[in-house]
Amino acid sequence: MRYALLINERPGSYDGLDAAERAGITEAYTALRQDPRVVDGARLGPAETATTVRWGHDELLITDGPFADTKEVFGGYYLVEAPDLDAALELAGRIPAVRLGGSVEIRPVAAP
Amino acid sequence: MAPALEDVFRSEWARVLAALVSFCGDVDLAEDAAGEAFAVAARRWPVDGPPEHPRAWLVTAGRRRALDRLRRDRVLADKLRRLDRLRPEEDVPVPGTDAAVPDERLELLFLCCHPALAPEAQVALTLRSLGGLETPEIARAFLTSEETMKRRLTRARTKIREAGIPFAVPDRPRLAGRLAPVLAVIYLVFNQGYGDGRVDMAAEAIRLGRVLADLLPEEPEVLALLALMLLHDSRRAARHLDGELVPLAEQDRRRWDPDALAEGRALLARAERAGGDGPYAIQAAVAARQTEDPVDWPAVVALYDRLLRLTRSPVVALNRAVAVAEVDGPARALRIVDDLEILGDYRYRHSTRAELLRRLRDTTAARAAYDRAIGLATTAAERRFLARRRAGLDPSE
Repeated sequence: MRYALLINERPGSYDGLDAAERAGITEAYTALRQDPRVVDGARLGPAETATTVRWGHDELLITDGPFADTKEVFGGYYLVEAPDLDAALELAGRIPAVRLGGSVEIRPVAAP
Repeated sequence: MAPALEDVFRSEWARVLAALVSFCGDVDLAEDAAGEAFAVAARRWPVDGPPEHPRAWLVTAGRRRALDRLRRDRVLADKLRRLDRLRPEEDVPVPGTDAAVPDERLELLFLCCHPALAPEAQVALTLRSLGGLETPEIARAFLTSEETMKRRLTRARTKIREAGIPFAVPDRPRLAGRLAPVLAVIYLVFNQGYGDGRVDMAAEAIRLGRVLADLLPEEPEVLALLALMLLHDSRRAARHLDGELVPLAEQDRRRWDPDALAEGRALLARAERAGGDGPYAIQAAVAARQTEDPVDWPAVVALYDRLLRLTRSPVVALNRAVAVAEVDGPARALRIVDDLEILGDYRYRHSTRAELLRRLRDTTAARAAYDRAIGLATTAAERRFLARRRAGLDPSE
C-alpha cells in the first residue's frame, strides 16, 4: 500500500540547536529519503513564504500566509510503499520532527 | 440440536471469523461471510445432521461466501486485490479437519485493539469479533443507540481496510507496547460485566483472557490480568444477597468460588515468578490479599503504594485510602480522600467519604456525603445500599 507521511513541525523547534545537532537532523531526513520504501518526498519552504488562494464571492482571493494558523506547521512529506500500517508507522516514528515537538500524520493514498 | 448449535456458535465464532479475515484480508467481508456460514449451518445441520468437523465446515462455507461476494462486487475485489491479499479466481482451500484450521484469534485480537483505532471502537470490535456479541447487545452494554454502535463498527472496519491495519501479532520488540490496549480492552469488558452484573460480559472477558494466556503463557501481565479477573469473579455470588449489594467485609466466604479463587492465586504466583510487577500483577495481588482472613492491611497499603507510583491514578489513591483506614484509622484516610479534589464528583469518592465519616461518628457530615453519593449512583442496587447505610447512622448524634 502507498502512504503519505505528512510532517507537521513545531515552529521554532530548531531554535537553540547547535550546528552538529542540526546536521544530525538533516542527516536523519536524508537517510529516510534513501530508504528503498520511500518513493518520493519533499521539504517545503517556511510558512512565512506561503500564499493562499481561495474563492471569495465571484473572484479569486489571494492572501499572504498559510491556510490556517496552527500550533504545528505542515513542513513536508514522504510518500512510502509499505505492506501495512505498522510498517508505515515504523518509518513515521523515525522522522525527526516527531521528537522535536511536531507530529506525523499517516494517510493512505487513495487508489487512482 | 438447537442448543448444540448455540454452543458451536459461541465456541467457534471467533476462530471461524479469524480464519476468514486471514483468508480474505477484510474484516467487513469476513464478518458477512461468517454470518452467512452460521446461518446456513442453522438451516442445514438440523436437517442433514451436524458435520464431523463443524469448524472446518463453517470456514469452508464462509470462504465460498466471501468469494461469491467478491465475484459480484468488482469494486471491493479490486480494493482487496490492491492490498494483494486475495485472488478471487482461485479455488477455495478446504481444511479437512477442525484441527487443520489454524487458530488466528490472537491476530484478530491485536487487529481489533490496534492503537490506530479509537478506544471505544477497539472495545466494540473486540466484543463483536472475539465475543460474537450482536451489535444491539454491544449498544446496550455501552448505553448507546444501535444506530450509533453500528456506525462506530462500520467506521472502524472501513478504517482497518483503507488504512491497511495488519492482521498480525506484533513482533517481539513491539509486542510489549501493543499489549497494553489489548489488556485494557479485556479488563474493560470484564468490568462492564462485573459492575453492572452482566455475567455474560464478565465470562466473555475471562474467556478472552484465557485465550491470551494460552497464546502468550510467558507474559506476566497477561497471566496477572486473568488472575485478577478470576479473583474478582470468584466473589460474584457473595456480592449480592437477595438483590442487595454486600460489601467485601460482610460477604459470606462460603459463597466464594473456591476453584476460581485457587486458579486466580496460582496464575498470580506464575505471573510473579515470571517477573510480573506491572499494574495488573499488583491489582491481582491486592485482590488475592483481600480474600485472606484476616486481611493483611499493611501489605495491601504497600501494594497500593507501588500501584500509585506506577499509575499516578487518583482512583488508585482513593482505593489506597480505604486500605489506609484499616491501618492508620479513618481520620488519616479521610484527609487523603478530602485532598483528592481532582476526582470531583466521582461517585466512589463520596461513598468512601461517607463510610469514613460514619466511622468517625460525624453523623451530619456523613449524612450529607451519603446524599451526594446516592445522587451520583448509577444502579438501583447501589442506591439502595447507600440509603441503607445512611439510615443506619446513629440518630442521637
